[in-house]
Amino acid sequence: MQQLTEIRWHARAGQGAVTAAKLVAETALAADQYMQAMPEYGPERMGAPIKAFTRISPEPIDIHCNIENPNVVILLDDTLLDVVDVAEGLVADGTIIINTCTPPDAIKRALGLADSITVACVDASGIALDTIKRDIPNTPMVGALAKVTGAVEIDSVKSLLAKTFGKKFGQDIIDANLASVDRAYEEVTTA
Amino acid sequence: MPEQKTVATTGNSVVAEAFRQCAPDVVPAYPITPQTTIVEEFAKFVAQGRVHAEYVPVESEHSAMSACVGASAAGARVMTATSSQGLALMWEELHIASGMRLPIVMANANRALSAPINIHCDHSDVMGARDTGWVMLFAETAQEAYDNTIMSIPIAEDPEVLLPVMTCLDGFITTHSIDRVQLMDDESVSAFVGEYKPVNALLDLDNPVSHGSFAGLGGPYFEFKRSQREAIDRSKAVVERVGAAFSELSGRPFGLIETDMMDDAEVAVVVIGSTAGNVRHVAKQLRAEGVKAGLVKVRCFRPFPYAELAAALAGVKAVAVLDRAESFGAEGGPLYLETRSALYDAEHRPAVVNYVYGLGGSDVKLELIRSVFTDLSDIATGTPALHGPVYLGAR
Repeated sequence: MQQLTEIRWHARAGQGAVTAAKLVAETALAADQYMQAMPEYGPERMGAPIKAFTRISPEPIDIHCNIENPNVVILLDDTLLDVVDVAEGLVADGTIIINTCTPPDAIKRALGLADSITVACVDASGIALDTIKRDIPNTPMVGALAKVTGAVEIDSVKSLLAKTFGKKFGQDIIDANLASVDRAYEEVTTA
Repeated sequence: MPEQKTVATTGNSVVAEAFRQCAPDVVPAYPITPQTTIVEEFAKFVAQGRVHAEYVPVESEHSAMSACVGASAAGARVMTATSSQGLALMWEELHIASGMRLPIVMANANRALSAPINIHCDHSDVMGARDTGWVMLFAETAQEAYDNTIMSIPIAEDPEVLLPVMTCLDGFITTHSIDRVQLMDDESVSAFVGEYKPVNALLDLDNPVSHGSFAGLGGPYFEFKRSQREAIDRSKAVVERVGAAFSELSGRPFGLIETDMMDDAEVAVVVIGSTAGNVRHVAKQLRAEGVKAGLVKVRCFRPFPYAELAAALAGVKAVAVLDRAESFGAEGGPLYLETRSALYDAEHRPAVVNYVYGLGGSDVKLELIRSVFTDLSDIATGTPALHGPVYLGAR
């Protein structure tokens, strides 16, 4: 794994991007990594576009500035493709992971992205509706992140989910979330 | 060394945890962004019975500090937290707390002051409070915010000090980011801060005293102020002693100032708070490129470590002082003024330049820090140093 992985999350307020960024941070800690997770604070309205950031590193992280050149960009909502510049500042060999039904090569063409950039697509909302019975795409997207980048380990994600959700929810909800992570891990496609 | 628990959580969350572990008797508080989650989480601890404190949800920050003053004078261990406009509203009470020699501990989430309205990080709020007679500690990280908060109790309550302590952490950057933090167990913190033995408590009915009495013309006001000056001067040794003891317990370093790569540094940056991390990162990169760059982080601002700072800068050719606050009409920002003062008696005085940066949460990009070091290298090789603060990265 590389020295420092920087992730930028795009979502609409209420979709659980901050929870997902936190889950990734805790997964990193479980693997004895260092991490930062910070939402970008502004006026908070349900449905408004928001950003969140995660840093993961095997070494202590000194920097506290915004992430300008992420290695990974994650979109929890594909309607944001028309609203935000998802590829802004992305490193040349970066990865974009999108919750969408559109195939990755079509997205790559539509955004005019360089060949060196990896686009990964997964119908996280569809998976969430199937498994959790609600459109909460954040946990399946962490499953896709594990598959595409290896920044976090799938087993570690699942055991932490079981642990943190175990305090609040019943076994059926935990199982549904675990299933959503597994399915996103299996179903994500890249171009 | 006692076992510690490593967690992924926010600066505010670990400050609330430190509050709980310090077991205050009374916590009067009023919420304000970005301090809110400190008092919110502490109030939850009270409701859960995890700390036996009187939590007083007051109607303003002026009332919060008034209640702190009353409870502390009565003989209670008192803690609170605020930020920005809230700290400003406490103004007269800040002086009363220090003048009455009350060992109140307050966390401050460093935030800009209006106008215009801004909820993000800078040091305008706390730097405005630098002459109110409080001891002031600053954190770079959530870890330091946790450690400073615990150390504040024995510093404030030391019989040689008996002064309020402000423990400052950067709004949002430190308060709201999830970071990796090591927490002590309750017993270790409890033993470290000890039991509070109040001095001249109003509720000590066998030894009646009065607090904050009239000391007008011909009265002892002047001498009171001298004793306050002597107390904060004495506090320096106490901060060092408590810091060393906590360092021993936690395995983490503590200094009034903390230096990185300063042994042979030719260019150096002096800074407070979270930006020290950005400077360290860039200085390491520059070292790899052959530039003799260094960092001095000021962790204790009041009392100010003049001699230590002068010694750290002794061999340096050019120094940049980064201020996240203004002192309008002065030669530069508050940290710059102190640094220049520290160097006045030095045998070798380096060129010193001032940068005002990051006001209202303006992002402290690494290239900005790099540009500061480039300026310093130019000055070190003969370019005349600028006077008056440079607004780093302002459009």
